[in-house]
Amino acid sequence: MKERVLKRMKDLPSAHLLGAGTPMCAGCGGLAALHEVYDVLGEKTVFVNAAGCMTLLATYPFTPFRGSWLYTAMASAPAGAQGVRDALDILIEKKRLDPEENLEAVVLTGDGAAYGMGLSSTSGAIERGLDFIYLCYDNEGYANTGQQFSAATPHAARTSTSAGPTGYPGYKKDLFSIWAAHKPPYVATVIGAEPLDLARKVETARSLEGPRLILALAPCPVGWGFDPRHMADVGKLAVQTGIWPLKEYLDGEVRHTKVPSSRRPVEDYLALQARFAHLFHPERQDALLEEIQGRVDAYWQRVDS
Amino acid sequence: MTELLLTGNGAAAWGARLAGVDYVPAFPITPQTEIIETIARWTDSGGMPARMVTLESEHSMITAAGAAAATGVRVFTATSSQGLLYGMEMIYTVAGWRVPFVLVNVSRALAAPITLESDHTDVMAARDSGFLQIHCSTCQEVVDSVLLAYRLAEDEGVRLPVIVNLDGFYLSFTREAVELPDAAAVEAFLPPFDPENISFRASQPLSQAVAVLGGSQYSYFRYESHLAAMHAATVYDQATEAFESAFGRRYDAVETYRTDDAEIVFVMLGSFATKGKDAVDRLRERGARVGLVRPRLYRPFPAQRLREALAGKRAAVVVDQNLSMGLGGVLHAELSSALYGSAGAPPVLVSFIGGLGGRDISAEEFYEMVAVAERAIESGETPPPRLLFTEDELREIRKLQSVAHVEREELAQ
Repeated sequence: MKERVLKRMKDLPSAHLLGAGTPMCAGCGGLAALHEVYDVLGEKTVFVNAAGCMTLLATYPFTPFRGSWLYTAMASAPAGAQGVRDALDILIEKKRLDPEENLEAVVLTGDGAAYGMGLSSTSGAIERGLDFIYLCYDNEGYANTGQQFSAATPHAARTSTSAGPTGYPGYKKDLFSIWAAHKPPYVATVIGAEPLDLARKVETARSLEGPRLILALAPCPVGWGFDPRHMADVGKLAVQTGIWPLKEYLDGEVRHTKVPSSRRPVEDYLALQARFAHLFHPERQDALLEEIQGRVDAYWQRVDS
Repeated sequence: MTELLLTGNGAAAWGARLAGVDYVPAFPITPQTEIIETIARWTDSGGMPARMVTLESEHSMITAAGAAAATGVRVFTATSSQGLLYGMEMIYTVAGWRVPFVLVNVSRALAAPITLESDHTDVMAARDSGFLQIHCSTCQEVVDSVLLAYRLAEDEGVRLPVIVNLDGFYLSFTREAVELPDAAAVEAFLPPFDPENISFRASQPLSQAVAVLGGSQYSYFRYESHLAAMHAATVYDQATEAFESAFGRRYDAVETYRTDDAEIVFVMLGSFATKGKDAVDRLRERGARVGLVRPRLYRPFPAQRLREALAGKRAAVVVDQNLSMGLGGVLHAELSSALYGSAGAPPVLVSFIGGLGGRDISAEEFYEMVAVAERAIESGETPPPRLLFTEDELREIRKLQSVAHVEREELAQ
């Protein structure tokens, strides 16, 4: 599929395809990303969903999608995409379906499935060269069940299962690199608060074939503890502090698509969210704050060098 | 008409080939693997115009099978034992999608302890899922049942996936003469799959398998599946009639063997029923009035047919090749509930557990089961369920245990 050039905001699609009135929470960063992704991908899509917040998007008899939908289970949405893709290919090949009727298979999962339970079926789908797009809304925890920590939870974040004085002891898994290690055609990180960067990447993904990941950081007012009206601010700060690097893997190379010219301190991002409040109150946890800042600095040092 | 010497696995593969399946998601597991190896050879050589994809697990395999069926192609897949259980979440899920396809399960006992040979505890775990089940006792029945299963699954009043079950080793690796149905006759019996409203396509957006909120909606859809499964009994009967006219072989939902004047009747599933029939013949030679009943269709459970087959008998002897821990034999429990309160139900229903993990059931054990039933008829008291095990077997176990003990003591020093 030919790649359309998206230079500025006014090049983005003006028609918005995803219906309103979904059961998602106010200020859902995942829903914002999905809106933007869907506008670019269009309605000739079948969303193959895994258990997560967005499973409730299609609740009988309603759906916000103009295209199709298949809910599978938590672990095997990529295998569902495999079945749909193979079946469409077979039908077209055997001339039982007009090629005009073809659909793009889009896996839609949260980080719980993408980083954890579904990783085996994801790896299998990539290794088989499955022609599909994987859209992950990464809200950094099992948000649908009340924000327990997942493999995507950042270090020191408080969740309902890491409520101690130092928060989550683990470190966020690097899903981007895990995907890139499989050498698929395309891997990208995005965020709804940077719509032009997001749209360009989805457009690039759309123009390619094979396994493609769009990994969207999804600021979650409920799980992260911020006012819904700050969703876009939190998203922008995730980029400006360098905590969420916007990048893509294409033709074997990783390229950063939006390098903050002067990175803001991570505290600016952390202080907005109740899940990090214990780093500031009742007293500052300087060691933890320095560790988080140090890890971000070290990341960008590797990028810059 | 072609006659070949085929294993049960070979027969299952031929069933898929003759059914003209489009898509075969696969994953290897003993004793099923020969099925997918055979199909892979055919798809690689162009002998079978289907696409085969090896997934990374049975959970994914069953997901892909359901998703492809939901897109409107004819799907075949196969597994065994641990694989069936690994995919069990999706067994329940895809049945709820109301998509027709056929899964051959080559029965193998479940861990722990991990083992390779056959029993039915694996397939029993799928009994409440919404998958229909056909159980085979010969290689001929395997190839024929796969064809029947598609006809049943794809019927517009059914639209449920079907498990065709065959016993690992005893059938999967046993070569028997199999008459291959003629391809043209198969196409008449089983026309190409018409998915009607089951599809994903650009011009007809469709949401499948969506969430429901609230018990009423949930109950409605679950009841619908159950009613479709119950209706499948009628569809199965029609399909067997059509199959008999096309191919001359008849596969009633419940097979009866020498039951007309029988007083004591064995009730068994699968290939061990052929051992049961052999025992019936030998007992008949000695003048015993015995017979055998074998449910071929296990889901929907052919309760009425079983009531008819057992009406007026003095005792039914259920031999379960499965074990529900803390209950006993599953078939025994289900048969009890089918017979309870029905006119002419045998007053004595005896339960035996045997054939677990490939353990044989000898002719002598069948004779002993009849003797137990005869004593129960006389006394009017049903004995407790029995776990078949011989003194010789126990002696062998004791030997192994003493070796284990010696070795453990040696290591402890």
